[in-house]
Amino acid sequence: MPRTLTINGQEVSAGNEQTILEAARDANIRIPTLCHLDGLTDVGACRMCLVEVVGSNKLLPACTTRVQEGMEVHTDTERLRAYRRQIIELLFAERNHVCAVCVANGHCELQNLGIAVGMDHVRYDYLFPRLGVDLSHERFGMDHNRCILCTRCVRACDQLEGAHTIDVLGRGARSLIVRDMNIPWGESTTCTSCGKCVMACPTGALFKQGSTVAEMVHDVEKLAFLRAARERKVWNV
Amino acid sequence: MDKLKFASVWMGGCSGCHMSFLDLDEWLFDLAEAVEVVYSPVADIKTFPQHVDVTLVEGAIANQDHLELIQTIRKNSKLVVSFGDCAVTGNVTAMRNPLDGAEVVLDRAYKDAQLLRPQVPHDDGIVPPLVDHVVPVHAVIPVDLYIPGCPPPAKRIRAVLQALVEGKSPEMIGREMLKFG
Ligand code: SF4
Ligand code: SF4
Ligand code: SF4
Ligand code: FES
Repeated sequence: MPRTLTINGQEVSAGNEQTILEAARDANIRIPTLCHLDGLTDVGACRMCLVEVVGSNKLLPACTTRVQEGMEVHTDTERLRAYRRQIIELLFAERNHVCAVCVANGHCELQNLGIAVGMDHVRYDYLFPRLGVDLSHERFGMDHNRCILCTRCVRACDQLEGAHTIDVLGRGARSLIVRDMNIPWGESTTCTSCGKCVMACPTGALFKQGSTVAEMVHDVEKLAFLRAARERKVWNV
Repeated sequence: MDKLKFASVWMGGCSGCHMSFLDLDEWLFDLAEAVEVVYSPVADIKTFPQHVDVTLVEGAIANQDHLELIQTIRKNSKLVVSFGDCAVTGNVTAMRNPLDGAEVVLDRAYKDAQLLRPQVPHDDGIVPPLVDHVVPVHAVIPVDLYIPGCPPPAKRIRAVLQALVEGKSPEMIGREMLKFG
């Protein structure tokens, strides 16, 4: 049974299985996202998509919250805008983002969101953690300095490739994306070198070897295509 | 009306932001009509003057001189502008921060990599000592305006200066004005 709700005052009807994010999208209302990627399950990790729902004093992630009959959703209030900018600033402060010398400069979802939320500077102290770069794989590389721990690579590897090479080690901001039992990528025996993790990455953390500044363009649309092809036998390009 | 008193300083940066400023080409003539340049690496003025209206700061705070000069700049300027990514974020200048202080970096540059006469340059009062931890300008003094970019494109610099000359506050929104890198 379809549900009727309002998003930013606009009446919207949605399938009962749909999330607020999906319903908003069908109604052409844009909610910013970062850990969400079409074709992967949602984990609600980044909190960029938080929305206000009348009657709830908690903010809810649109990507993991299902629509309900009569829901009144607001996606673009002053409070949400302030939180979104804070989240982006914290991501920039947490690791070492030097856009000027980054492979993803100009093609980076984090950088684009910085612009979208109006970030002209970061109000928090930069942490400058000491992090490594793994160049042991012959075709791909991983730069932990640019990783925002969105786990899109983890889910792409698991859900689309079925390899489950990638995992998260540790907790909080000090977590690390690792391969197998935390071994160099090039030594992984489960990695099929399909490159889906690289396609899924929103930042310059995963890249093709040999990419220099601003050369790494990710291929996220291809992943949604692969999922649709597999599950619904839809092969439209 | 008095002309706007305009200053620009070069701190821990590569001078690329000033190069981009020079990329304003003939518009610099218009700017020269509208402002009085009271201090700049492109003008031969030794001390930072008083009563400055606008100061563009290129570069991060990376050595002892920067730490001192930035205080004078703040005291003497109505509007302090962080000019370019090094000033705004630390950027490339701060890439040494995760490496445990200035000494290891200096050793690497001047000793390990040198075959002839390896030594770290030092001269009290002439070569300012590096600080261990590079920081953006706003970590040290309050900053009024930020111009991101490495370097900020000339069009972005012009949009900001144009507004300031007209006594307006520049609209820092959208890709044209806010993209880092
Ligand atoms: S990952 Fe994105 S935000 Fe981070 S340095 Fe690279 S381009 Fe900039
Ligand atoms: S290349 Fe493929 S198999 Fe290897 S880690 Fe990436 S997604 Fe998994
Ligand atoms: S490597 Fe990329 S995709 Fe994986 S968690 Fe980090 S930022 Fe996300
Ligand atoms: S996109 Fe919803 S929490 Fe990340």
